[in-house]
Amino acid sequence: MIPAATAPPSASPPPFTPRRGLGARAGDLILSDYFVLYLSIAYVAALAPFLPTLTAPGNIVNVMSNMWPLLVVAIGQTFVLAIAGIDLSQGSVVALTSVVGAMLITTAADPAVLAKAPIWGLVLTEGGGPFAGLMGGVGLAVMAMLLVAALVGLLNGTTVAVLNMPPFMVTLVGLITISAFAIWLTQSENIARLPESFIKLGKGDIVSVHIGAKDSPQIPRREVYSFVTYAMVIAVGVAVAAHVLLNRTIFGRWVLAIGMNRRTAEISGVPVRRVIIAVYVISAMCAAVGAILYSARLEAGRPTLGGGTFLLDVIGAAVIGGTSLFGGKAKIIWTFFGVLFFVLLSNTLNLMNLSSFQVDMVKGAVILGAALLDVLRTRLMQERRR
Amino acid sequence: MTDILTLEGLTKDWFGVPAVSDLTLRVRQGACLGLIGQNGAGKSTLMNMIGGIVAPTAGRMLWRGQPYSPASAADAAAAGIAFIHQELNLFSNLSVAENLYIDGFPRRLGLIDWRRVHARTREILARLSLDVDPRLSVGNLSPGERQLVEIAKALHNEAQLLIFDEPTTSLTARETERLFDTIAALRAEGRTIVYISHILGDVRRLSDDIAVLRDGRLVDEGPVDAFPVTRMIRSMIGRDLGGLYPPRTAAPRPRPVLEVRGVTQPGVVEDVSLTLHEGEVLGLFGLMGSGRSELARILFGLDPHQGGQILLDGAPLPAGPRGRIRAGMAFVTENRRDEGLMMEASIADNLSLVSLREFGRRPVGLIDPQALSARTEAARTELAVKAGDIAVQPVKALSGGNQQKVVIGKWQMSAPRLFILDEPTRGVDVGAKYEIYALIDRLAAAGGAVLMISSELEELTGTADRILVMNRGEIVGGLDRAAFSDERILSMAFREDAA
Repeated sequence: MIPAATAPPSASPPPFTPRRGLGARAGDLILSDYFVLYLSIAYVAALAPFLPTLTAPGNIVNVMSNMWPLLVVAIGQTFVLAIAGIDLSQGSVVALTSVVGAMLITTAADPAVLAKAPIWGLVLTEGGGPFAGLMGGVGLAVMAMLLVAALVGLLNGTTVAVLNMPPFMVTLVGLITISAFAIWLTQSENIARLPESFIKLGKGDIVSVHIGAKDSPQIPRREVYSFVTYAMVIAVGVAVAAHVLLNRTIFGRWVLAIGMNRRTAEISGVPVRRVIIAVYVISAMCAAVGAILYSARLEAGRPTLGGGTFLLDVIGAAVIGGTSLFGGKAKIIWTFFGVLFFVLLSNTLNLMNLSSFQVDMVKGAVILGAALLDVLRTRLMQERRR
Repeated sequence: MTDILTLEGLTKDWFGVPAVSDLTLRVRQGACLGLIGQNGAGKSTLMNMIGGIVAPTAGRMLWRGQPYSPASAADAAAAGIAFIHQELNLFSNLSVAENLYIDGFPRRLGLIDWRRVHARTREILARLSLDVDPRLSVGNLSPGERQLVEIAKALHNEAQLLIFDEPTTSLTARETERLFDTIAALRAEGRTIVYISHILGDVRRLSDDIAVLRDGRLVDEGPVDAFPVTRMIRSMIGRDLGGLYPPRTAAPRPRPVLEVRGVTQPGVVEDVSLTLHEGEVLGLFGLMGSGRSELARILFGLDPHQGGQILLDGAPLPAGPRGRIRAGMAFVTENRRDEGLMMEASIADNLSLVSLREFGRRPVGLIDPQALSARTEAARTELAVKAGDIAVQPVKALSGGNQQKVVIGKWQMSAPRLFILDEPTRGVDVGAKYEIYALIDRLAAAGGAVLMISSELEELTGTADRILVMNRGEIVGGLDRAAFSDERILSMAFREDAA
């Protein structure tokens, strides 16, 4: 029985609200959707006096450009985590689609570098890829990248949903074989010389700001800062679409329902298998969009993209945001803030001139802290329900 | 007779809200005390104080005349008090003997003396006439056998007072009988029993004295002879219910809704045929393992069947639950926690799960949040779910009865033709049971058909228009309401095959 809880929720505010203690307010803060954003702001505010370069326009531009590709990939991972799954193959999909896209549109290939690759002669020649110089060739290459990713996602999803294999196993096998396949395709070489219209997707800016003295007619390049880039527009567009999909559509409710309790969802008529397959397709396609942004920024297709600690960054960012590894609890806005915090963290550690090993050690500790925070949140929620 | 346990003015406040207040109660040595009360009446808090899990705010306890204030569960066990819980506390991956000795193995030369462990376990199991190997892992035992292992553990710890908390929820009728025989044997050895259950008939049958808790207070107590079931219920809910079951408000109509013809799945159900009409509540009774729940799963498309036909409103059904939901079926399974609800999700999200499609706009299925929340709020009002803000409060925080109302409500929102209810009142207290029976009557009166499965015969005779009896996968007979007789139904359900 719940005696005191029958008051209508829409009642007018009570005439007297008792003052809430510090503990209760701290609890509100931790449970807020914006907690990680506040944390990021506090982090920047605390470090800014010691690291003057942190808030310099050049660094802000740098932080943002690091954010967009990671955000897109982490959004895909958020959907998978929401159904209590995990997609370890995302990094390898970034690598494969980067290679696939580049080999189709590269304008010239160096036989001294790529002649040993199995794609040489088949797809790639000295004159570049099959879509090189073609009208709409970049568009076709992007479609091809998305298609390859969708096929990988379909394979992952079908294996998980229909054969009931654990997603950790399925996507780990994907990670190993797909990244090896990508490296084999080019014999570990990069494919450079991508067309300008493709590179623009990663580096091109739409709105730039000139910060500096306005005395000379020529503006030096290093004083122009790109604030609105194509990468930003693409990433924010994906984020908004993903937010609507997860929070405002039937599909999104189904995703969260499956993460919460798959048996109940099945018996209640949710098309569980179809939704699981769709989620893995979304995850892989997000990885492909990430691959577009990364390859365009690098101006090359690179088969070792998405390796190393990339997966740590993706899953770490989603979890720091507040998405639960146990499923059923996920928001795109959480992932957005998680990515922001994670990129800021990497950036500040780099500014402190720490080695990449030291950076990874700190990142690991921060992810552990995020997991502890999740436990704290859960306990707070339970206490408040009493 | 002396008192083995005395509670004097026992009180427990949770942040100023009393869960148990000023409770004075005596448990007589060698007797069986039946303790009853609705969910939230304070039974669990009381048991936790006796068991050393929580400390009382005021009052004291006497154990065999000496002041008793346990600081931990181990203190209670050392004093000789054992709890047999509804959720069993055994390690299913360990053997029977290991479970008995988990808190201390006898050693010889620094190694565990397995010979002594197994010999002593065998001896205790023999006293309970449980014929299993002490080396068998507990995971291989039936729920009834596991319960006996719990009791064996209590005997191993020389418990003098055994407290049973809803011990029969997961037992078959036969296992329940065996448990009751064991309780009688324990009493013959001079041990004292406290028996807590929602099944009032069982409490009356086993107990010498009855004590009733309500809102944390002892509201009634007395010898069992002066305690008919009507008095038990009146004391528990504080008013007369006017009978245990609401009256039926409409009669079945002749039009058939569900027609099952010769459905067969080898080893599960055999040649099952039945017809269910508009406005009818059809009870399906059978012992555990008789195929009643399995039949329900086949009808809903969760499990396959090889032969026979299932028609809804005269039309054959598509395979699988999704097609059958669209055709107008609803299924409240016996396992609310794992198959009925998303425990962590809000009440509103649970209510809307089945009928989400109705609130989506093409092309991407964008949900209309106003329409959806208006609809879930209407469902909550209609079901009288006692909760705060249904968009925020998780179903986990609801009582069993209110949770079950949410499960029924989520199906009701899709306006189905046929409801299959499997054990709809399991783990639900008396007051909420009445509300669920009234809800079932409303479903039927609105023109739906209800197939109600239960192992409590009394609730079927109280609510159904007709009862069919299953035995070993077959329907062995049926009775109309006018001809209901517990004896005839039970004899059909228990009948053994000649073969």
